[in-house]
Amino acid sequence: MSIGHTLLGLLESGPRHGYDLKRAFDEQFGHDRPLHYGQVYSTMSRLLKNGLVVVDGIEAGDGPERKRYAITDAGITDVQQWLATPEKPEPYLQSTLYTKVVLALLTRRDAADVLDTQRSEHLRSMRVLTERKRRGDLADQLICDHALFHLEADLRWLELTAARLDKLREAVTR
Amino acid sequence: MTPPAGSLLSAEQLRKAYGPTLALDGAEFSIHPGEVVAVMGPSGSGKSTLLHCLAGIVTPDSGTIMYGGRELSAMSDAERSALRRSDFGFVFQFGQLVPELTCVENVALPLRLNGTSRKEAERAALTWMERLEVDDLRKKRPGEVSGGQGQRVAVARSLVTKPRVLFADEPTGALDSLNGERVMELLTDAARSTDAAVVLVTHEARVAAYSDREVVVRDGRSRNMERAV
Ligand SMILES: Nc1ncnc2c1ncn2[C@@H]1O[C@H](COP(=O)(O)OP(=O)(O)OP(=O)(O)O)[C@@H](O)[C@H]1O
Ligand SMILES: [Mg+2]
Repeated sequence: MSIGHTLLGLLESGPRHGYDLKRAFDEQFGHDRPLHYGQVYSTMSRLLKNGLVVVDGIEAGDGPERKRYAITDAGITDVQQWLATPEKPEPYLQSTLYTKVVLALLTRRDAADVLDTQRSEHLRSMRVLTERKRRGDLADQLICDHALFHLEADLRWLELTAARLDKLREAVTR
Repeated sequence: MTPPAGSLLSAEQLRKAYGPTLALDGAEFSIHPGEVVAVMGPSGSGKSTLLHCLAGIVTPDSGTIMYGGRELSAMSDAERSALRRSDFGFVFQFGQLVPELTCVENVALPLRLNGTSRKEAERAALTWMERLEVDDLRKKRPGEVSGGQGQRVAVARSLVTKPRVLFADEPTGALDSLNGERVMELLTDAARSTDAAVVLVTHEARVAAYSDREVVVRDGRSRNMERAV
């Protein structure tokens, strides 16, 4: 999962301080793995260097968590591109896919679109495997079937999520 | 309207309402000879309605459908049913075989309806039953064969007239995955060998993986997922 894109996406609704970003991230995405402050600062300084965020104000006191960050136009474009680019179909994509869907909802983008794009990418891999299966021997068939079932599992999860987008939108934007 | 170059069957701006329900709301579609296109999308999104319009079974409220240079939407009912019999083949989720007829009589039926002699029709039927690996069932009635076997018989029947377009709505929906994939393999092989176009409605990704590309229908609107290469 891309922490950079996720933090950027969280900034789209308005500027936030470092500590506020961490809190929002943990609340929305960090169920089993809350962010370390160190990750927040290293990520934010990289985003800053790349012109995707700017420092919008600094609170009195010390410590980098007091910096307030705002997303730039380049940052918004970067989030848009990330959401529009399907993930390479690989095992254990759930956390990235979940993050993309939630972020699309939070930023009022078309989450169904994220799902369609990903389905298309998965199907592309599945067509290649299906073709190999058709030409191959039994061993090829079994190996391809294993991969096909895993890709199918991702897709079934996506379809189910798509069917529940309205509920999910309510839950995450509450 | 000008159909996309090389397309055999195409539709633009299809709208179809059932009372207050807008089943199709500006859907588009296009398919080439020999192409297998999967139609996917959530339940109730309009997939079957799109297939029925393309096949001339349902008349859209507005929009145009072009088949081989002719406007399907402008034909008379009689012309359309003649076209369905001569150029189109159909497979649905449940085989819909005639229970009183034997399997070979079922497969031969579309040819008989077109006026082919019994002997000739059954000879052609057997050839297709061999390809679908169900020729040993020729004397059995649909009630005496398994679901998977019956579905293969139905696929043989849909291909016996050598249709230019095969319409399949969840053709593997009632089958387990092994049978479903075998049916897809045989169906797409057969269609490719006769250069028929296949419009394949399915919600199963492993079935859609037998297609060349997919079209997603959502709220009555279609989206071609083919990526510009
Ligand atoms: N004959 C009919 N009379 C009234 N409403 C209909 C009729 N056929 C379809 N509809 C409605 O039109 C919409 C689209 O139906 P359609 O059968 O095309 O969906 P579908 O995508 O094929 O769904 P499924 O995946 O469940 O088969 C639905 O809301 C359905 O209730
Ligand atoms: Mg349907």
